[in-house]
Amino acid sequence: MKNSWDKLIQGVRKKDIRAMARLITRVENREDGWKTAMTEIYPLTGKARVFGITGSPGAGKSTLTSEIAKELADRGHTVGIIAVDPSSPFSGGALLGDRLRMQQIFTVKEIYIRSMATRGMLGGLCQAARDVIRIMDAFGKDVILIETVGVGQDEIEIVKTADRVMVVCIPGMGDGIQAIKAGVMEIADLYVINKADKPGADEVEADIQAMLSLSSDVEGDVPPVLQTSALKKQGIQQLVSALLENPSDTQKQKVKEEIRIREEILSLMEREVFRQVRSVWENDGSLQDSVSQVMQKTSDPYTIVKQMLLNHKNR
Amino acid sequence: MNQKRKIRVLVAKPGLDGHERGAHVVAYGLRDAGFEVIYTGLRQTTEQIVNAAIQEDVDVIGLSILSGAHVSLTRKVMDELKNQKAGDIMVIVGGIVPDEDIMELKEMGVREVFTAGTPISAISGFIESAIPAD
Repeated sequence: MKNSWDKLIQGVRKKDIRAMARLITRVENREDGWKTAMTEIYPLTGKARVFGITGSPGAGKSTLTSEIAKELADRGHTVGIIAVDPSSPFSGGALLGDRLRMQQIFTVKEIYIRSMATRGMLGGLCQAARDVIRIMDAFGKDVILIETVGVGQDEIEIVKTADRVMVVCIPGMGDGIQAIKAGVMEIADLYVINKADKPGADEVEADIQAMLSLSSDVEGDVPPVLQTSALKKQGIQQLVSALLENPSDTQKQKVKEEIRIREEILSLMEREVFRQVRSVWENDGSLQDSVSQVMQKTSDPYTIVKQMLLNHKNR
Repeated sequence: MNQKRKIRVLVAKPGLDGHERGAHVVAYGLRDAGFEVIYTGLRQTTEQIVNAAIQEDVDVIGLSILSGAHVSLTRKVMDELKNQKAGDIMVIVGGIVPDEDIMELKEMGVREVFTAGTPISAISGFIESAIPAD
């Protein structure tokens, strides 16, 4: 087992695409040994820049991602793309269709695309996404784009793992702010109004500018607002240049990094503690006993949890 | 806490035929059977299909072909897979395929051929039994 992990990690170092693809699968599946594998990958990382791309369904994120990747490749970058789509909560299956809009870059040597399902992991997806980013980084991808639909807490959490986040809006969706309120606004480092060849782009831009001027965060960088048409390949170069520009506020970046690391440690710890506690309770039968007690109405879930935690501590 | 291994399937349409409905039905059906389905759309070149399969580390490639060119298109895909040292990825074919061509496809290494009228459960059942569930 250990051997084949080693072989895959060696493959990643040698820039073998199949090895990277397989390593991603096994880490994503959380096969035994994944944490050790990531420990070995970690020192190879830290060079890539990670950009998050989010926005409402139909905003053109996949097409835009494809165009951005192509422009980056033209400028000599080597690019990894993580395209996230939701898993069905019923079957656990997923239809991953982001590649449909990326056909033009399937055979560009510098670009690696990986579709990823959310797998109902309740926050666990975030960690899986971080792991995939790191594997791509270790392989030598110097820019990594992570694209998600910006409609749920999980999706917002994912793009927060990026160094910079762009929120994609489109004209013709009510007053423009509708599509991007509640949480998504706060994470944007950059706004893109895609499909700007359609009427109403300027109005959306005005809405966003007005909202930004009301923002309480008066210090620091004001997020730029750009107009693009991914389909007509307009505004892509300006967008890529803006993305690659280094943020002037290094202090703010440092604070962001600190928050990210703290969150990652906590989330890994949370899952690990839960996993260990649960396996103990399942194995010694105390979980089953508790369920029976509640079913027989001799106890209630609140008391049970309190007692089980106490017993666990005294063990 | 090992998660149950997810089976990943690439559904692709090589060549120039534009009849996409069948591929859609299969893609949705396999999703509902619990697979992760990567759909890449119409008019794919051999290289596009094989690159996508490798990058996505799929267990199965499903080719949907209704143009009549299934023998030559499939052969190209099989050759390109071997070319890129990915001959171990399982290939299945669906579409309008006359009986006499099925043998030829299987001789090339295609694991199974599903013709018109096949229920989705037959396809998902076949994939599940053919992929080791480690």
